[in-house]
Amino acid sequence: MIHYERFTLENGLRVLVHEDKSTPMAVLDVLYDVGARDEDPSRTGFTHLFEHLMFGGSIHIPSYDEALQIAGGENNAYTTNDLTNYYLQLPEQNLETAFWLESDRMLSLAFSEHSLEVQRKVVVEEFKEHYLNKPYGDVWHKLRALAYKVHPYQWMTIGKELRHVEEATLQDVKAFFATHYSPSNAILVVAGNVTVDRVRTLAEKWFGPIPAGKKYQRNLPVEPPQKEPAFQEVKAKVPLDALYKCWHIGSRTDENYHTTELITEILGGGASSRLYQKLVKENQLFSNIDCGHFGSTDPGLLYITGKLVRGVSIEAGEKAIAEELQWIKQDLVKTSELEKVKNKSESMIAFEDVSLINRANSLAIYELLGNAEMINEELGKYRAVTAEQIRDLSRRIFVDENCSTLYYRAA
Amino acid sequence: MLNRTSPPAIKDAVEFDLILKPCQHFSLNNGVDVCFINDGTEEVAMLEWVFEAGNSYEDKNTIAATVNQLLKNGTSKKSALDINEHFEYYGAYLNRSCQNEKATLTLHCLSRHLPELLGVIRELITDSVFPREELDIHKQNSIQRLAVNLQKCDFVANRLIDQYLYGPTHPYGRVSNVEDIQAVQREDLLEFFSAYYRRASCRIFAAGRLPQDFTQLLNQHFGDLALNEKIAGVPVQKQMASQKKYRVTNDPNGVQGAIRIARPFPNRHHPDYKKMMVVNTLFGGFFGSRLMSNIREEKGYTYGIHSFIENHIAESALVITTEAGSEVCEATVEEVYKEMQLLRETLVDEEELLLVKNYMMGVNLGDIDGPFHVISKWKGILLNGLDERFFYESMDTIKKITAEEIREMAHRYLNPEDFFELIVI
Repeated sequence: MIHYERFTLENGLRVLVHEDKSTPMAVLDVLYDVGARDEDPSRTGFTHLFEHLMFGGSIHIPSYDEALQIAGGENNAYTTNDLTNYYLQLPEQNLETAFWLESDRMLSLAFSEHSLEVQRKVVVEEFKEHYLNKPYGDVWHKLRALAYKVHPYQWMTIGKELRHVEEATLQDVKAFFATHYSPSNAILVVAGNVTVDRVRTLAEKWFGPIPAGKKYQRNLPVEPPQKEPAFQEVKAKVPLDALYKCWHIGSRTDENYHTTELITEILGGGASSRLYQKLVKENQLFSNIDCGHFGSTDPGLLYITGKLVRGVSIEAGEKAIAEELQWIKQDLVKTSELEKVKNKSESMIAFEDVSLINRANSLAIYELLGNAEMINEELGKYRAVTAEQIRDLSRRIFVDENCSTLYYRAA
Repeated sequence: MLNRTSPPAIKDAVEFDLILKPCQHFSLNNGVDVCFINDGTEEVAMLEWVFEAGNSYEDKNTIAATVNQLLKNGTSKKSALDINEHFEYYGAYLNRSCQNEKATLTLHCLSRHLPELLGVIRELITDSVFPREELDIHKQNSIQRLAVNLQKCDFVANRLIDQYLYGPTHPYGRVSNVEDIQAVQREDLLEFFSAYYRRASCRIFAAGRLPQDFTQLLNQHFGDLALNEKIAGVPVQKQMASQKKYRVTNDPNGVQGAIRIARPFPNRHHPDYKKMMVVNTLFGGFFGSRLMSNIREEKGYTYGIHSFIENHIAESALVITTEAGSEVCEATVEEVYKEMQLLRETLVDEEELLLVKNYMMGVNLGDIDGPFHVISKWKGILLNGLDERFFYESMDTIKKITAEEIREMAHRYLNPEDFFELIVI
C-alpha cells in the first residue's frame, strides 16, 4: 500500500506527496503531459530534444545541474511517446533547492542559441549510437511505421530522421515551451523524508506564482482498425535473420490491460514461458525470443520478436509461432500457469516499489492516466484475471488482419 | 516578491556524518559466513551466494561462465523447465553472474516464499548435471549472440582494451571466441562444478525482510555442505601490450567510433585509491565532470563520456569511455588529453571542488539508504578484503582532499604516455 496525499494549486498544478520516514532522501518528480505523439509529423523527435534543452539554463538559473550537484543531488529525465518526466533525488535537508530549480524552469527557460546548437549535436549522436550504428537498430522505426498508418505512434521518441532534429529552431523551442510547459499541463510528486505541510508551503511559494498556462487540448488521429495483414521485408548487414511481429491492443487504461500483460507473460516472460520453452529449447528454431507490449496511453502493440537459428527459415519460425498462438486461443490456460504469472506480477510490483524514485514516478504516471490510486489497485486487477478472459482476448488479438510482420534478413 | 536569483540556503552534504548501517553476521554449522541486513519497507528479500568460481580458476576459456550460466539447466532430479517453473511460480528471480574471481547466484523473491526456494538452490549447487543437450543449445545461442555483438564497435572496443591492459591470457583480459565456445565439453563443466561449487569457498549475503527462522533455514539447507573449503589461487601472468595506440576498423560504414583510453591502476588497498575516487569523479565520473562538460555539453561530440576505475579485486585500470561521431573521434581523444593536462597544471577552484564533494556525499547518502543498497556496500567491502574503515576513510577523503592533492594525483596518474588509446569504428 503506497500512501500519498494530493492537493492542487490555484494555477492548476497537481501535487502529490508520498511520505517515507525511513529514508534520508527526498525525490522530486515533475511530469509534463507531452510526448512524441504530440509532435508534428515533419518535426519528429522534438519532444525529446526539448527535454535536453531543459538542462540548458532557466530564466534565473544559468546551470541547473551545478545548482543541484552542489546541493548533493542528482537527476535524470526521459521522454516517451506519451509523456516527459524529470526527476531528482537529494538529501531531504536541501529539498527547497529542488523546488527552486524545477519551478524556475517551469516558469521560463533561458532559450540559448548555443544550448540548442550543442544539444542538436548531442541528440544526433544519441540517434547514431542507439539506432544507426547497431545491428537491427532501425527495426522499431520500421515496425511502428508498418503498424500505425495515422496515429503518431508511427515514430519513435528519438524522431523519424536525423534531419528533423538538425532543423529544429529556437522559434520551435519557444513555441513548444509555451504550449506544453505550464502548471496546467504538469504533475508534481514529492516523496521521501518530507511532510505534506512542508511540501504545501514550498509548492505554494515556488510554483504558486507561475501563470497557469493553457491546458493543452490533444486531438490525435485515431488509428482505424487494421483490415488486412501488413508485411515488409528488409535486407541489412546483420549476421542473423530476425522476425518481428506485432498486433494492435488496447490502451493502458483499457479494461483488458492486465489480461494483455498476463498473455505476454505466459507467452514470453522468462525461461519457463511457452515461446521460450517450445521455440528456443524444444524445437531450437530461435536463439532468442521476446514477447512484450507497449503499455501506452493510446492503443498500443503487442509484439513477438526473435532471431532465427542459422539454417532455419524465417517462414518456419513464423509458422511455429502461429502454432503456439493457436494453443492460447484454443485451450484455457492451466490454473498453475495462471497462478505463476500472477505471482510474478505481484513480486514485480513489490520490487519496483523498493525504490523511492520508482514510487514517485509511478504515482505521477498513474495520476496522469487518471488517478494515482491506481498504484494500489494493480495487484487486485491482476489477481482478478480469469483463464477465460485470457483465451477470449487472445482470440481477438491474434488474428491475421490485426498483425504486422517484418522479416529482417541478413544480406 | 520571491527572489529566484539567489539559491535557497543549503546544508553542505560534505558536512554530513554518514553512517553505514552495520551488517549482522552468523556462521553456518560448516563455518560459512552469512552477512545480512534484516530491514526494509516491502516484504521482499535478496539472497546471494558468492563462490570463488570466477574465470580466474578456469584452465580452458569460458568454462567458469558456462558452468555458472547452466546452473539452472538441470539436476539429476529436475529438468531445466522444472527448475525455471519452480522459481517463476513463486515470482522469484534467480540470476547468475560470473566475474573474474567470483561467481554468484542471486535470488530475489517475496520473503514469504524463501522456504520453498532454498531447497532447490541447494539442489542446484550440489547436483547440477549439465545435460548435453542443454549445453548444445547454450553453445549455439551464445555463438549467435556473439556474432551480433561483434558488429558493435563498443563491444569490440571493450574486449580489446582489456587485452591491452592485462594480456590475452590474463583472466581480466581473456575473451571468448567462437572456437572457445565450440570447444566446451560437458566433462569440463562437471569437473569445474565439482572443484568450485560442490566443494567450494562460498559466502552468503542477505537483505530485506527476512523470516524469523532465517538462520535455521539457511543452516538446514546449506550448513552441512562443503562450502567452507580452501580454494587454491591460480597464479596469473600479466602481459601488458607494448604498443600504446590503436585504430581498428570494424565497420567501414560506421557513423560512430568507440573510444577507450585506459591505464593500469592499483586496487582498493592502495593508499591513493580513495583520493583517486574523487579525482575520477571530477574528471569524468558524473554528469558535471570535466569530460562531460567539455566534450558533450560544450562541443556536442558525444551522447556521453565517462571515466571510471574498473571493479576488479587484484588490480585495476582507470578507463575513459565514449562513443563519438566518426569524424570527431580524433578531436575527442585530443580533448581528453587536454583535460588531463588541465588537472595536472591548474588547481581546481574552491567552488568546483566543493560541488564535487557535496555531490559525492549526497550520492553516498543515497547509496547507503535501504537494505539492498547497504548490503551491496558491505559486499563490496568484504569481497575486496576490506572492512568498514574503507567506507569511513573514503568519506573522510572526500571531505578533506585539497586542490593541491588533486593536482598531485593528476601528476601521478593522468599522463597521456601511460595510457592505451583505442578507437574502433
